[in-house]
Amino acid sequence: MGFDYTRSLGPTLGRFLSDLRRRKVTGIRGSDGRVHVPPLEYDPVTAERLSEFVDVASTGVVRGWSWIPEPLEGQPLDRPFAWALIQVDGADTSLLHAVDAGSPDRMSTGTRVRARWRSDRAGAITDIECFEISDEPADPPVEADDVTMVITPVNLHYTHSASPTEDPFLRGLMEGRLIAQRCPACEKVYFPPRPACPTDGVPTTDQIELADRGTVTTYCVVNVPFLGQRIPPPYVSAYVLLDGADIPFLHLLLGVAPEDVRMGMRVEAVWKPREEWGPTMQNIDHFKPSGEPDAPFDSYSQHL
Amino acid sequence: MVVGKAPDLFEGVMMPELFLADALGAVGKPLLRVHTAGSVGGSTGNVAASLVQSGVHDRVLAVAFEKQSESNAMWALSVPTPFTMPVHAGAGGYFAPHVRAYIRRTGAPEHVGAMVAAKDRRNGALNPYAHLKQPDITVESVRASTMLWDPIRYDETCPSSDGACAVVISAEPTSGRAAWIRATAMRTEPTTFAGRDQVNPQAGRDAARALWKQAGITDPLSEVDAAEIYVPFSWFEPMWLENLGFTDIGQGWKLTEAGETEIGGRLPVNASGGVLSSNPIGASGLLRFAEAAMQVMGTAGDHQVDGARVALGHAYGGGSQFFAMWVVGSEKP
Repeated sequence: MGFDYTRSLGPTLGRFLSDLRRRKVTGIRGSDGRVHVPPLEYDPVTAERLSEFVDVASTGVVRGWSWIPEPLEGQPLDRPFAWALIQVDGADTSLLHAVDAGSPDRMSTGTRVRARWRSDRAGAITDIECFEISDEPADPPVEADDVTMVITPVNLHYTHSASPTEDPFLRGLMEGRLIAQRCPACEKVYFPPRPACPTDGVPTTDQIELADRGTVTTYCVVNVPFLGQRIPPPYVSAYVLLDGADIPFLHLLLGVAPEDVRMGMRVEAVWKPREEWGPTMQNIDHFKPSGEPDAPFDSYSQHL
Repeated sequence: MVVGKAPDLFEGVMMPELFLADALGAVGKPLLRVHTAGSVGGSTGNVAASLVQSGVHDRVLAVAFEKQSESNAMWALSVPTPFTMPVHAGAGGYFAPHVRAYIRRTGAPEHVGAMVAAKDRRNGALNPYAHLKQPDITVESVRASTMLWDPIRYDETCPSSDGACAVVISAEPTSGRAAWIRATAMRTEPTTFAGRDQVNPQAGRDAARALWKQAGITDPLSEVDAAEIYVPFSWFEPMWLENLGFTDIGQGWKLTEAGETEIGGRLPVNASGGVLSSNPIGASGLLRFAEAAMQVMGTAGDHQVDGARVALGHAYGGGSQFFAMWVVGSEKP
């Protein structure tokens, strides 16, 4: 899953990132006279807002480092590199960045480095592609517009380990079966199943199979269009209480005009083609009316 | 310092409290964060209060915030899992079926939700800090607005706001007027369990019962002068009036319909405009708590309830599963 967040930068980070775009590094002077790079918004000693920007160099010296033999996705370089604390000339604090040293043998505390600038600079810390070991002078600054907003994509990849309860449930879905669990104490039937009953706190030991039909307890008609929607609105998102289950779950209700949907409506599952099945509730494409008479309110009122 | 903030995924900043230590002046002091989804602002006030009530600290700052203009709650609330069907409906889609269940159970007429929305937006126009100011809104204009998550209309839905709230909680007043904390309560329940009452959750009922008992209040409707209740969708006003014990079950909508929750009514609810006028999610609960305090301090300005001496601040969050509330009074208990 991923999302591109927007960020307004404000006066301090805005200045720092705008200057990076100009191949300039900028610090800020604190109450004790120290120059902080990257610039801080508030003084670490007095908590006062800081505003005295100081031009510093894009060359400096390594103050500490760690070797990365196998770079990960999203790191600055795709070959072995050093993460280093770099005190640029004119600064009193150190900046974390990558050093393209080739080999750990070339890295040591005190090594002189210079920024290697990206040609397409957007106003980001990655405008410095990395630092390189060099005694050469810094690249001269260039003109560029200010940056006030940045887009920061966030991407998460995760692997889910199915629990002993989820395993038969997910395998069941791959075979078109609905596997629930019953609490041995209160005998309530959970679908999707739970490893433990939320009411009694005991493991749910009894596995039972449910039919793919049930009752709409309550529902909402979604009229809101938004990014990533797979069905054009209006459509119905309904709580379906499967026959024999004691808790409803949300699913889609299609094949009926939204204005004709009712609480108590009887519905049945519409499965996707078998070749599209996976370990997911999305194997059921949606529910549709079964044509049976509506269930009486008393039969589902305790599930609202 | 106690910081409250909705889940990190909303704004996409991991542990924003770490970046705030300097800006809040927390350097050298304890700084902790509270997480209880949408109720977090209320829980933040209660956690801060407990640090003073317990004698651990003399003075505690509670801060809560949200910047929805740079966040995406709808996406963050739709993280896919293999066990649930993505219905792509967001928070409104989650709560709308429960609103429908409330209407079905109580037989409340359809215009009650619109009455709440019109009242809260008009109140918001009296509050200089409100995000939405709609002095000319009417029940008819609310009913004419787009149906978003049937039965919830556009004008019956909270906005996406940027905002923050800070409250100083102190063992003794430091200067001028103070609101005295008479009671605090928090309760929790699972999002789902068999037989769960989503309309009138047990955790909310239990929290309210404990709150009134601690405050020495036996008849909340008579003894409370103003209530700031977490109402992100209009129908939650009558739902929470019942859950909080202001009315009997099934009767909450009648108090609203009779106009008794307007400023000047028997129990003014959300004189500030409430969540329906401003919803910086993480701050919304603490705003309810702070607005209740402003009412009993007599500092609520144009939305002041005359003679308010006892007020309720209330917040709920998650799938109606976290509840936090406090009662404040003008007199030292």
